[in-house]
Amino acid sequence: MTSLTSAETTSAKQLEEPKEHEDYRLFGLATFLIADGMTFAGFFAAYLTFRSVNPLPEGSIYEVELALPTLNTILLLVSSATFHRAGSALKKNEARLCQRWLLITASLGIAFLISQMFEYFSLPFGLTDNLYASTFYALTGFHGLHVTLGAIMILIVWWQTRFPGGRITSQNNFPLEAAELYWHFVDGIWVVLFIILYLL
Amino acid sequence: MLAVACLIAGGLWIGLHVNLLPDSASVNAPIYDELFKVLFSIGAILFLGMLGLVIYSLIRFRRRDGETGEGIALEGNLPLEILWTAIPAVVVLFVGLYSYDIYERMGGMENMNQSSHDHSSMKTEQRIWGGIGASTSQLDSQRGLNPLPVEVTAMQFAFLFHYPQGDILTGELHVPIGRPVSMKMESNDVIHAFWVPEFRLKQDVIPGQPTILNFTPNKVGKYPIICAELCGPYHGGMRSTVVVEEPDAFDSWLSKNSKQTASET
Amino acid sequence: MTFVPSSEINNNSPQSLQPKGWLRYFSFSLDHKVIGLQYLVCGFVFYLIGGALASAIRIELTSPISDFMARDVYNQVLTLHGTIMIFLWIVPVVNGAFGNYLIPFYVGARDMAFPRLNAVAFWMIPPAGLMLISSYFITGAAQSGWTAYPPLSITTPAAGQIIWIISVLLLGGSSIFGGINFLATILKLRRPGLKLMQLPMYCWAMFGTSILVVLSTPVLAGTLILLSFDIVAHTGFFNPSLGGNVIVYQHLFWFYSHPAVYIMVLPAFGLVSEILPVHCKKPLFGYTTMVYSIMAIVVLGLVVWAHHMFTSGTPPWMRLFFTIATSFIAVPTGIKFFNWVATLWGGKISLNSAVLFSCGFIINFVLGGITGVALAQVPFDIHVHDTYFVVAHFHYIVYGGSVFVIFSSIYHWYPKFTGKMLNENLGRFHFLITFVGFNLCFAPQHWLGLNGMPRRVAEYDPQFTFVNQLSSLGALLMAISTIPFLWNIIQSIFKGEVAGDNPWEGLTPEWLTSSPPPVENWNGPAPLVTEPYGYGAVKKEALDETTTNKTESPKQTE
Ligand code: HEA
Ligand code: HEA
Ligand code: CUA
Ligand SMILES: [Cu+2]
Repeated sequence: MTSLTSAETTSAKQLEEPKEHEDYRLFGLATFLIADGMTFAGFFAAYLTFRSVNPLPEGSIYEVELALPTLNTILLLVSSATFHRAGSALKKNEARLCQRWLLITASLGIAFLISQMFEYFSLPFGLTDNLYASTFYALTGFHGLHVTLGAIMILIVWWQTRFPGGRITSQNNFPLEAAELYWHFVDGIWVVLFIILYLL
Repeated sequence: MLAVACLIAGGLWIGLHVNLLPDSASVNAPIYDELFKVLFSIGAILFLGMLGLVIYSLIRFRRRDGETGEGIALEGNLPLEILWTAIPAVVVLFVGLYSYDIYERMGGMENMNQSSHDHSSMKTEQRIWGGIGASTSQLDSQRGLNPLPVEVTAMQFAFLFHYPQGDILTGELHVPIGRPVSMKMESNDVIHAFWVPEFRLKQDVIPGQPTILNFTPNKVGKYPIICAELCGPYHGGMRSTVVVEEPDAFDSWLSKNSKQTASET
Repeated sequence: MTFVPSSEINNNSPQSLQPKGWLRYFSFSLDHKVIGLQYLVCGFVFYLIGGALASAIRIELTSPISDFMARDVYNQVLTLHGTIMIFLWIVPVVNGAFGNYLIPFYVGARDMAFPRLNAVAFWMIPPAGLMLISSYFITGAAQSGWTAYPPLSITTPAAGQIIWIISVLLLGGSSIFGGINFLATILKLRRPGLKLMQLPMYCWAMFGTSILVVLSTPVLAGTLILLSFDIVAHTGFFNPSLGGNVIVYQHLFWFYSHPAVYIMVLPAFGLVSEILPVHCKKPLFGYTTMVYSIMAIVVLGLVVWAHHMFTSGTPPWMRLFFTIATSFIAVPTGIKFFNWVATLWGGKISLNSAVLFSCGFIINFVLGGITGVALAQVPFDIHVHDTYFVVAHFHYIVYGGSVFVIFSSIYHWYPKFTGKMLNENLGRFHFLITFVGFNLCFAPQHWLGLNGMPRRVAEYDPQFTFVNQLSSLGALLMAISTIPFLWNIIQSIFKGEVAGDNPWEGLTPEWLTSSPPPVENWNGPAPLVTEPYGYGAVKKEALDETTTNKTESPKQTE
């Protein structure tokens, strides 16, 4: 795929291989994340409208605890930072360090998922109890799916960095950058979700 | 210039003289028809104008047999482009404001939560979603007309009309001429829509969300009530009739059917 | 002047491993031109199926009673018709087919940015379509219309509705992948030296469309996922008996489906902008305003969705806002139409099938657009919402607009696709019966709607019988019109006149290569075309370089 972009021109200067390779794959991913973000936006909009026009029927419970989600927020925010560390370590060719940070990030993500499970089991309402409950589970579940995917991606990246000169090196770090972008996106969505679902 | 004048005259003539609408039988129908005439005229002018331009260019600038060469190298013309941005903008702005005026005259901007309906009769204090109707209640109460309340229930595949006055339940809507009617509508199952073409009125009947529709009939006759929202296999058969009658006839119908809940045909 | 030999390019997309000849059209090909034609042919097959369903609808409606098919079958047929025509014919063809074929040429690239994603996007379509259609035979298709409004879609048989949701999700996903690919190709893969404002108009149209695709399709996907939860898991998002809100569904659905109508028509606008200048031998009039009006349509298109819900009980201020916003779309759209007429003006127009279909498009779309602006007025819409007036409006736009443009484009690019010319007389004949049949079919429907015929009904008031029969007669003509077209397409592949590289003397890059083009689009370096519409005084050096000299009167250079 390296020379797919080679649109040759008449002047010698422009003939140089345009090094846009990684660049437009990341661009594609970013566009996809915008699309993905719109799915969330749709859910958020639905939730907010439900809350503003549909009163909860009497006797139905919709109460969320703050402690666990706050912990979750911290977990995810920290994991964003650790992922960033992994990326800069790779740029400095410190593969070892990079791997360590990647593992930490993945474990933070998994910790998030476990803690989310705990929350699900401790909540006083179920998926079909009422409108808010359904939307709550749909939103957090959809986000949890993203975290799961992200954690798997991190583990794959980690696996690949273990082979020196393999798939991922400081020159060719697209998979790592892609996973990092995705992870930051998932964290960003969580922050919005946290504000809308728990704080409002 | 002459062509443009002819075009405008022709468009106006078509708009004002070609009648595509059914009978008009409610107070807001003439208002609607007024809007229709304006839209139709504008539309006819624009459409015939574009049609003429395209056909004229195709004939005038067609490539004749054996002809070679290219057209003129005209890439744009700023004043012209500004002109045809401005004209539609003005037309559209006019149409928008005019239809706003029409809408207001139909009673569309009225706050539906303050309608003649007694809120206590509702199951819950739900938000009422507005409909439309040419019987602005302030105006009517000034004239000493208090609206006739009717409760409409839609279900697959019928409308049921309940008159709180006299506790009548019927499948056919009877209304007196000249008196505003205020309907509160709710659906039992899926979305339906209440439509009377001769009244130029339509309002969805939504489960879980009452809607209001007001109108004042002004022509005696029988008109179809049509369900206009896909609601299942028999959607096409979900029809009823509205009978607009003289107040006397209506009163006798009312007293004849009072207190009896059997549905009427 | 050097260039990379084709064997070195695409070393990562092993063309050598892929079938050659006609077989490659049935394979997981990574060549954008093959994928484009796959989209086109696949879409056309679905058009025939959708058209057959439309014919069934029109047969049913020749009599006021429900006699040709059962009432629930009628609802299934109309749901399938709407879904197939929109998601499997117009959207894949105006975007996928022509976008894939033309965009790499126009940006001076040898393929799309993500060839694999591209092939995946295409191959999501046939299974989705087959699944949708087979649902009719296996479980009974969805019967709640292409809008699938709950609670109806929750209460009708679940299997058909779920299959409908899954296939629309697949088709939406395909569309999103396509959109991402187009954005990356147009923005990132442009040949060095080519500025954005030098791109052919179709690129701009696809740029705008792809923005809409990326921003709005995911919302539909999310909404349908919620709807499927309601059906399968008995949640109550849109189920009022469980406390849900049906209006929220409508907002979310139209947030996608209104932009979707521009997804169906903006690329068509772009295609017309390519076709007319070539056959008028005149520059496209007002390039810059055309670009801005596309962008204006994109922005406005995202904020007008509630005009489909004027009778749903939306608050008055909302109705008013959406009336005004919707009406204003007429302004940028109008600019485009006036510019096209100005492009015709003073040209040397060849009255061939491509031009006839494009001009037919202009005429039909103006009528459809004007009825659209009328529909945007709340008080007007209150009467005609969900009637045949709306059916007439959108068929004037989707058929009279997009489908006419697709035909026009096929007449225009067929020589490039196949290297053979189509038969012009058959083409003009095809235009004539399509145009007459189309207008006969849909013009009377305006009157039907105004006078009280609701849409989506299998039975109606007997007073409308005659007009419905007229309309069905028009549909018959449209069905007949596919015969000369198909005959023309098929026999020209074998017997058509050899087209040569550039039969229309076009200036856009796809004409500056052989017909059909080689795998890497150009055997030499990609040409730098900065004047895609440089007809008239502005000279066409690029053309003279690459094609054998034509008999032309010498022209003065700028
Ligand atoms: C490709 C598809 C397409 C396109 C491009 C459009 C374009 C437009 N549509 Fe249409 N529409 C549909 C497809 C489309 N529509 C479909 C499928 C439905 C039904 C959905 C369903 O319920 O199943 C629908 C329904 C629909 C409704 C809802 C009707 C109802 O259900 O009650 C409305 C209401 O506002 C509307 C308005 C418009 C407007 C204002 C435009 C504008 O973009 C048109 C602008 C164009 C012009 C105006 C013409 C050119 C301009 C000039 C020549 C300049 C001068 C003109 C003026 C000054 C007026 N459309
Ligand atoms: C987007 C594109 C599109 C296109 C191109 C068409 C094309 C046609 N449509 Fe379609 N239509 C819709 C989109 C489209 N429609 C939508 C979205 C709806 C709303 C659905 C809903 O309410 O949910 C609708 C609804 C709709 C209705 C209203 C149904 C109702 O509300 O009850 C009608 C009625 O006349 C109709 C008719 C037609 C006709 C006659 C054609 C003709 O132009 C078709 C012409 C083509 C042919 C006639 C092909 C002929 C070929 C053969 C017969 C050969 C068959 C061979 C094989 C299968 C091998 N359509
Ligand atoms: Cu009730 Cu349609
Ligand atoms: Cu719309």
